Amino acid sequence: MRGRVLAVDGELAIVRGERLDARVPAQPGWRPGDLVDDGVAVRPFTGGDYPGPGTEVARLPRARMAALQGRARALAATRAFFAARDFTEVETPLIVPSPGLEIHLDAVPAGDGFLITSPEYAMKRLLAAGFERIYTICKCFRGNEHGPHHAGEFTMIEWYRGYAALDAIIADTEQLVAAVVTAVAGRPIARVAGRELDVTPPWPRLTVRAAMQQWAHVDVDDLLPSLHAAGIAVADDTAWDDAFFAAFLARVEPALTALDRPLILHDWPAPLAALARKKDATTALRFEAYVGGIELANAFDELTDPAEQRARFEDDQRLRRARGRAVYPIDEKLLAALAEGLPPSAGIALGFDRLVMLATGATTIDQVLTFTEAER
Amino acid sequence: MYDTSDIRKGLKVLMDGNPWTIVEFQFVKPGKGAAFTRTKFKNLLNGTTKEMNIRSGEKLEPANVDQREMQFLYKEGGDLVLMDQSNYEQVSIAADMVGDAADLMKDNLPCTVLFFNERPVDVQLPTFVFLEVTASEPGVRGDTSGNVQKPATVETGAMVMVPLFIRVGDMLKIDTRTHEYVERVAK
Repeated sequence: MRGRVLAVDGELAIVRGERLDARVPAQPGWRPGDLVDDGVAVRPFTGGDYPGPGTEVARLPRARMAALQGRARALAATRAFFAARDFTEVETPLIVPSPGLEIHLDAVPAGDGFLITSPEYAMKRLLAAGFERIYTICKCFRGNEHGPHHAGEFTMIEWYRGYAALDAIIADTEQLVAAVVTAVAGRPIARVAGRELDVTPPWPRLTVRAAMQQWAHVDVDDLLPSLHAAGIAVADDTAWDDAFFAAFLARVEPALTALDRPLILHDWPAPLAALARKKDATTALRFEAYVGGIELANAFDELTDPAEQRARFEDDQRLRRARGRAVYPIDEKLLAALAEGLPPSAGIALGFDRLVMLATGATTIDQVLTFTEAER
Repeated sequence: MYDTSDIRKGLKVLMDGNPWTIVEFQFVKPGKGAAFTRTKFKNLLNGTTKEMNIRSGEKLEPANVDQREMQFLYKEGGDLVLMDQSNYEQVSIAADMVGDAADLMKDNLPCTVLFFNERPVDVQLPTFVFLEVTASEPGVRGDTSGNVQKPATVETGAMVMVPLFIRVGDMLKIDTRTHEYVERVAK
């Protein structure tokens, strides 16, 4: 009988063949998942977490089959979510001349340009062209990023609302995560590192200033002196953003990880505005969504002023040059679109692979990828 | 010199004149912040550990560690005694230095011993060892989902989690890196 072992119970095994499931005598060493042929295991199932011992490329995705079925349900639930809210699904180019100037991101060269690190520039041009509610689910690529929550090639969901502010995006985020987790897990309970988190909306909110004060005892408006007072050691010549993240990662992130609810961390200090509009001189209209300490999404009330956007791009280029990083060209098509007029808009980028991790209880991003980088 | 892309478990580096081995590492990158590798080192001379964040672009100096193939002889108190079969020279090293893997060492096991300045500082086991089960409760029948496990004691005294069908006397293949059961093998 040729087929796959479904179960082994003592001396008997259930083998699923071409037309029927049969009960046959189990051979020593048979395990669920093995492909067997007339009583001989032709391809043993390794099971367990990747990377396992003695693994073969051919059998690796099978060890993740349940997680990948969850991933497929998450994708279907995401599309259903946006369809129900009258969003248009769009596709943006993956190879572009200007991959984004964010200081800590490396783009991967491709053809005459680079692979995108995020689809945001193209999405904003669509907003300027008159689309009001758009989303995309696409691959993004970032050089030198590999870790339990990072893959160099990963899937992003981005969505934007014209004539809307961050509150609408926060509501979308809470409802999308709850809908996707429910579609995969059967209930709105995410699992992170073996812990369960209720993701039912609405989620608690906290400003970055309050979080830094509460957990790191650091005043972001008087950063370096208060770091020293809080006992967080950084060199005197540390850049502002590096000093901020030293405190954030040492004190705030562990506190976020311990929360039993997701958190919307909003009102970021102006130096971390990125492409967000400023609320005032010190604060940017930006939020991040954290679930179980995992940074799931980043949102902006979009900067619409072409002059300020050009100035920020030029600052980013200067910083990249000063830090010895590749300097990418400014996206003139985006600036032209802003000059023509971008309506007041808000948008967000959400890591789809991380969302699937939360829904399936995976502890590393590799457990929810159909093919990991090592399997390419 | 090594950079962050070379970081992996077991990499030997020299810091403050001491040899260290990397025992854990994690890539960290806040959305809009700089990437670094949170790295845990163990001092090969005294077993102390420390954690450091290595930024992309920072360099680590390789430690000159010699390796010799040796055979495990026996445990004596808290020490492991090994022998170089080419010249019958014996060395001993504190089991604490070797960590959990020391529980999986059986007499005559071929190992790699690391030396720093002529002094044995660590023992590397083969990736897999084969050990016989000496004690394990019978599995409860009925649950065949393939994920349910029970504890089993092997001949070296180590405890590993095994599938329910494993019985006393079975020979197991065990991964020394993770302490995990891999499969049952024919004796």
